[in-house]
Order: sequence, then structure tokens, then C-alpha cells
Amino acid sequence: MMQNSGRATSREDRYFELAPVDERELIHPRSILQRLWDSAAIRKGMILLVLVVLWEILARYQDNPLMLPSAVDTARALGAGMLDGSLPSKVANSLSVLIKGYALGALGALALTALAVSTRLGRDLLGTLTSMFSPLPAIALLPLALLWFGLGEGSLIFVLIHSVLWAMAVNIHAGFLSVSETLKMAGRNYGLRGLRYVFLLLIPAALPSILSGLKIGWAFAWRTLIAAELVFGASSGGGGLGWYIFQNRNELYTDNVFAGLAVVILIGLLAENLVFESLEKMTVRRWGMQNPG
Amino acid sequence: METLAEPLKVHGVDVVKDTLIPRLAVDGVTIDYVTPRQRVRATQSVSFDVLPADRFVLLGPSGCGKSTLLKAVAGFLKPAAGEIRLDGESIRGPGPDRLVVFQDFEQLMPWKSVLQNVTFPLRIARRLDRREAIERALLTLEKVGLRQFADAHPHTLSGGMKQRVAIARALAMEPKILLMDEPFAALDALTRRRMQEELLALCDQTSSTLLFVTHSIEEAQIVGNRVLLLSPHPGRVRAELDCSGDTLKSLGSPATQERGQRIHRLLFETPI
Repeated sequence: MMQNSGRATSREDRYFELAPVDERELIHPRSILQRLWDSAAIRKGMILLVLVVLWEILARYQDNPLMLPSAVDTARALGAGMLDGSLPSKVANSLSVLIKGYALGALGALALTALAVSTRLGRDLLGTLTSMFSPLPAIALLPLALLWFGLGEGSLIFVLIHSVLWAMAVNIHAGFLSVSETLKMAGRNYGLRGLRYVFLLLIPAALPSILSGLKIGWAFAWRTLIAAELVFGASSGGGGLGWYIFQNRNELYTDNVFAGLAVVILIGLLAENLVFESLEKMTVRRWGMQNPG
Repeated sequence: METLAEPLKVHGVDVVKDTLIPRLAVDGVTIDYVTPRQRVRATQSVSFDVLPADRFVLLGPSGCGKSTLLKAVAGFLKPAAGEIRLDGESIRGPGPDRLVVFQDFEQLMPWKSVLQNVTFPLRIARRLDRREAIERALLTLEKVGLRQFADAHPHTLSGGMKQRVAIARALAMEPKILLMDEPFAALDALTRRRMQEELLALCDQTSSTLLFVTHSIEEAQIVGNRVLLLSPHPGRVRAELDCSGDTLKSLGSPATQERGQRIHRLLFETPI
């Protein structure tokens, strides 16, 4: 019985015999439905499906294809555009310009940040430049670009580099700064220095931020490209997707406008979910540097 | 010491060199660290010699500059006064002849597997070819009992296993001296005890020279054959003791306990 002395009651030692456990009892399979729901692709596909259905319902309710074509009409226009080759050529035009500008911007960002981590002056340069140019919308530079590079790919690439460079540089630099001091010391301990230090240690260690910078840059690049093409796109060999959208709006082919927009969205989704997702899976997630969301 | 270094190099007699010249000589070293507002003295005129195959422990309360000293030996910090010599040669900057095992688990490269983590410095600093590096890495991983985890990535390992990888990585390089900065402080007590046992066994096997920083008196006695006691603010040498008689098995013995209490008094009694 309890003693009221306020002191702990002493009890006898107890020992337990542990019976052997059947290993199979410890593991239970999960149902197929649960495992399917674990797949992000399936969940995202469901979301897309729901959005398309909502769109279709809204369009039917509105019943005005000039203002809001239905999902089915858009799909039909998309199919027709793909089959007669007008859309694929526009997509190819846009993508080729996009990739050139994007790659140049990414290289520039890497060079600037490499400079910024190696010298104090480089860091100040990066800081000043990004705070100057980052808020400047790429489209605002377009008139200037036209003046300098003329009506053509050159101007588009110029504004693309501008839109990609600063956002990516900020991200990559933040990534370099967040590399743990211990890891940096471990690298220097092996005698890593200069470029080898950047490529063998800093870049892999900062890869999560670099990837997120690449992703942000990609979105910025798309945005800028379509907007720039809307302003002048016809010049560069038949124009790109932005021009396609602009042209069809002028002629009130609203379903084609939607088809063009759908292609922009689809390419964005593909890049995000196939390219960047697999890059992340192969690298930072495998290495435990980023949790699967 | 300086006068001895000259003729020894000329004759190139290793036996004499090993016995006469300490592996590591820390000679009147004063280290300041710089904050934006001021320079703060971390250690003042610290001198000690580490002989080959020593397990030399720097022991002291936080703020005694023991980690700072270790970083200076590693070459990450430059002393404001005094000199640190490795095999008679003054230390300039970090180098793979003095490998550090840090306390932090983040010292492993998360983008490399356990095996790649061990082979990386072998390839980079020792310039071994692929096969040789892998062979040696696997051998060392075997020694720390992690061979079957060679292809795992560090984030899948427990804290104790990560430290074992870091130790294997350093041992595989066969550095002239192995520097350990409270390598077991972030581990749970049971794992820490096992790691101490394993480290001692490894040191016996490989006869490595060890410079080990800790703030635990017990750990210092177990791990070290020689213990340097540092006083805090600034770090100065309070005593240098022989602890080769204190082992894991002697922990309960009166001699070991008495020495522990003596160390405790030296560290915590107000200095003269």
C-alpha cells in the first residue's frame, strides 16, 4: 500500500522471459489503393482532371465559345494545330530561343556566384547588381534590346538572360552560403582549392538551392519569352508560341488561343514533373538533402 | 629542436627522427580570434609535444580554446605567436597529412556513398587510382565494421555509424596525425562508450598518432595516454598528466578515480 512518508516506495526487481517473435507478424502489406495514392503523379493527375472537369462545366454553363471555349473545343483545336504542323513549329521556335537564353543565363549566374564566394568584392558586385536589376521587368528592357540587337532572336535572348540571371544568381549564392562550415573545412582538409573546391564541394553541397534556382529561372524564362513574343514575335522565322497566341486572338480564334496557352502550361508541367522532378530524385533526394514533399 | 632538425634531415635516419623529434610540436602558441569589434585571445603560450603513437588529449572546460588549438594544428587558423611543427616542419594551411574528424555529422558528403566518401580524399589528395582507392577504403571500412554499408548514403546511417565512416575516411589516408574534435560528443552515452572502445582498438592496430579534444574527464582518461589540462579564458596549460594506466577496464579502480578527482580539482579549483 502507499506510504505517506513522501519517499519512493522500494519494490522488488522483476525479470521477464521473452518469447520468440514471428518475423512475419511484424510486417503488414498495405493495400494497392493506399500505395497508388502515395504516388505524386496519380494525385497530381487527379487534380488536373478535376480542374479540366470544372472548366468544362463552366464553359458549358457560359455557352459562349468566343469568350470561353470548352475543354473539348480546346482539345480539338490543339489536335488540329498539332496535326497541321503549325503548333509544333511554333513550339520548336520558342523552345530553341528559350533554351539558348536559359543556358546562357544559368552559366552567367554560376560565374557570378563563383566570383561572389571567392572574393569579398565579388560578393558586393553580385549584391549590388541583383538589387539593381532583379526588380527590373524584362519586358521593360525589350525596347532597348530592340534598339541594340534589332528585331530578332538576339533581343529575345537578351531579355531572357536578364530574366533568368538575377533570380538564379541570388538562389545559387544563398545555397553556397548555406553550405555547412564543417563540410567546407573537410574539403579544405583534403587540399581542395580554387575551381576544384567549387566543383567538387560547393556545387554538390549547394545543389538543393541550385536546383530551386534553375526551376525559378525556368519559370521566369518562359514567362518572359511568351510576353516578349506577344509584343513582337513574327520577326524571328515564323514566330513562337506567344506570337501564335497573339495572332489567333486578333482573328478571334479563341479556341486556338486556349490551345496555345494549354501548350505553354503543358510544357511547364512536363519540365517541372519530368525534368526537374527526376533531377531531384536522382540527386538531392537520394542523398537525403531534401525531403520528398 | 631546431638545431637538431638540420643534421637529421641530412642523414635521413628515420629511427632517430621518430624517437627524438616529436611528431607534433606546439611551441608557445598564442591564438587570437577576430570578431568585428575586437581581437579575443583564445589560447596563450601553449606548448606541448606529441610523440609518435601517442594518444594525446586536450582537456578543458568550454572556452579554454582546445578546439581552437586543434584547428590551428589542422591549419585552418594561424597562430598570432609561436609555431606548430609537424615532423619538424612548420605548418602552413590545411593539408591531408593532418586529417580532422569533426564532432558534426555533417562532415560527410551527403552526395557520396559511404565508400565514395572514403575513397574521395584518397583519390584527391593521395592520387591513388580507382581500384587501389576502393581496395583500401573497403579494408578500412571492414575495420570499423561498416563494409556492408559501403553503398549506403550517409543520411541513412545512425550518428555512430556516420562517425565511424568519418574515422575510417581519416584512417584510410594514414595521416601523420589524426585530429579529433570531440568526435563522440553528439552521440548517446551507450554508443559513445562503444566508439571509445573501438577507437582504442583501432589505434592499437594501426599505431596512429592521435590528438583528441574532449571536455569529458572520463573520456580523456580512457582515450589518452597523455592528457593536457587547459585553463579557460585564455587557454593556458595547467598540467600535463600520464594517463596510460587508465583504461575502460580500470574505470572503477581507486587509482583511476583518484586521478579523475585530481584532474577535476585542477580544472575547477580557482587557479593560483
